[in-house]
Amino acid sequence: MKTNESYEEFVKGIWRDNPVFVQVLGMCPMLAVTNSAINAIAMGMASMFVLVGSSFLVSAFRHVIPKQVRISCFIIIIATFVTIADYTLLALVPKVHKELGAFIPLIVANCLILGRQEAFASRYPTKLAVMDALGMASGFMLALFSLGAVREILGDGALFGIRIFSENFEPWIVMILPPGGFLTLGVILLFFNWFKYKKDEFLADVAKAERGGG
Amino acid sequence: MSSDALKQVAAPSSLRLVLTLAIAGLVSGVAIIGIYESTLPTITANKARELREAVFKVLPGVSQMQALVYRDGSIMAVAEPEKDELVVYGGYDEQGDFVGYAMPGAGPGFQDTIAILYGYVPQQKQVVGMEVLESRETPGLGDKIYKDAEFVAEFSGLSVEPEIVAVKKGTSTQPNEVDAITGATISSKAIVRIINETHTAWTGQLPAPGSEPPFADAPADSGTGQ
Repeated sequence: MKTNESYEEFVKGIWRDNPVFVQVLGMCPMLAVTNSAINAIAMGMASMFVLVGSSFLVSAFRHVIPKQVRISCFIIIIATFVTIADYTLLALVPKVHKELGAFIPLIVANCLILGRQEAFASRYPTKLAVMDALGMASGFMLALFSLGAVREILGDGALFGIRIFSENFEPWIVMILPPGGFLTLGVILLFFNWFKYKKDEFLADVAKAERGGG
Repeated sequence: MSSDALKQVAAPSSLRLVLTLAIAGLVSGVAIIGIYESTLPTITANKARELREAVFKVLPGVSQMQALVYRDGSIMAVAEPEKDELVVYGGYDEQGDFVGYAMPGAGPGFQDTIAILYGYVPQQKQVVGMEVLESRETPGLGDKIYKDAEFVAEFSGLSVEPEIVAVKKGTSTQPNEVDAITGATISSKAIVRIINETHTAWTGQLPAPGSEPPFADAPADSGTGQ
């Protein structure tokens, strides 16, 4: 029962409640740093670290933090983790840090992270909060990666910097420019909504058939 | 959850609110200082290494370097340049003979400031190499100023007199002309302008060719080691 519950909290963030494709949160980093797969992964990892760390602390101290000052406390906790991620990336992978630039400090303002603290971590036990954070962060990273991969393949003819097309391929430069982010995200959201629509239609059909049969 | 909600109905005292925030701030501050202190050596070492690599790249044949500043009317080697002081890097070969200067320059590009480092050999009055250190030029177009090997190669053996000029691609004939990149004219011209401006700024401050400061043994943290 317990494992099922935490498994459920983990899985929901990846697909059913995917923070980007379903909740449409965290659009700033989503559009800004997904011009290559490696940037997307780095951003995803940094966000995951911040989200999991903050969710753990917020959930552990949920009885201690007075309701009136909870948002300030959440932000202090989030900002601390972001600063840690910022300096760690700068020390370990300066090249990636240079590419992500201002978007690492801006993780503080990612509504996905504060949103999970307010909606989930501050109300549920630590274990569930961490599972929820892991799931949401994985979903976020999956979304960043799918955008980053599509944009890098089409815009640069490469994935993770490795060329995958022959020299004859003319890169669609627009894909690694900001409009490419909007285009790709639009197409992916279209697919998700179409999928949901079809699923609802299918479930309605099944229900109808069952009613008709029984 | 409902018991939580009930507990919080009774408003906590202001003192408790203040204390909570103060403690949170304190713990956060300590954590940030800790991470800053523990990563600082690596970050400084990375930056120094990057600089060394860039200097060696723009000045072929150089294996040692030292920071040079202009103080009291002459160029001198310093271990640690003061903050906001303009610096050039003297490049020396293995015997410690002077080869050229690596000169940092910066200026507005198409989107944001471009920072470059270029190698300058005063004997021949030539730019011998150029490296873009920082830029936010448009991916796929303006970023060719460092991704296009042909363009970067234009900056080896480039005469700085009377001044460097960017011309339309394929039309450079003079030793002071650079083929601009098609589709990135503004970024190409920005690089040329930065070099010209930096060159003008340092003309008169650099000593006559042949009288450069000798390589001081271990003058700078960035000069030796590693």
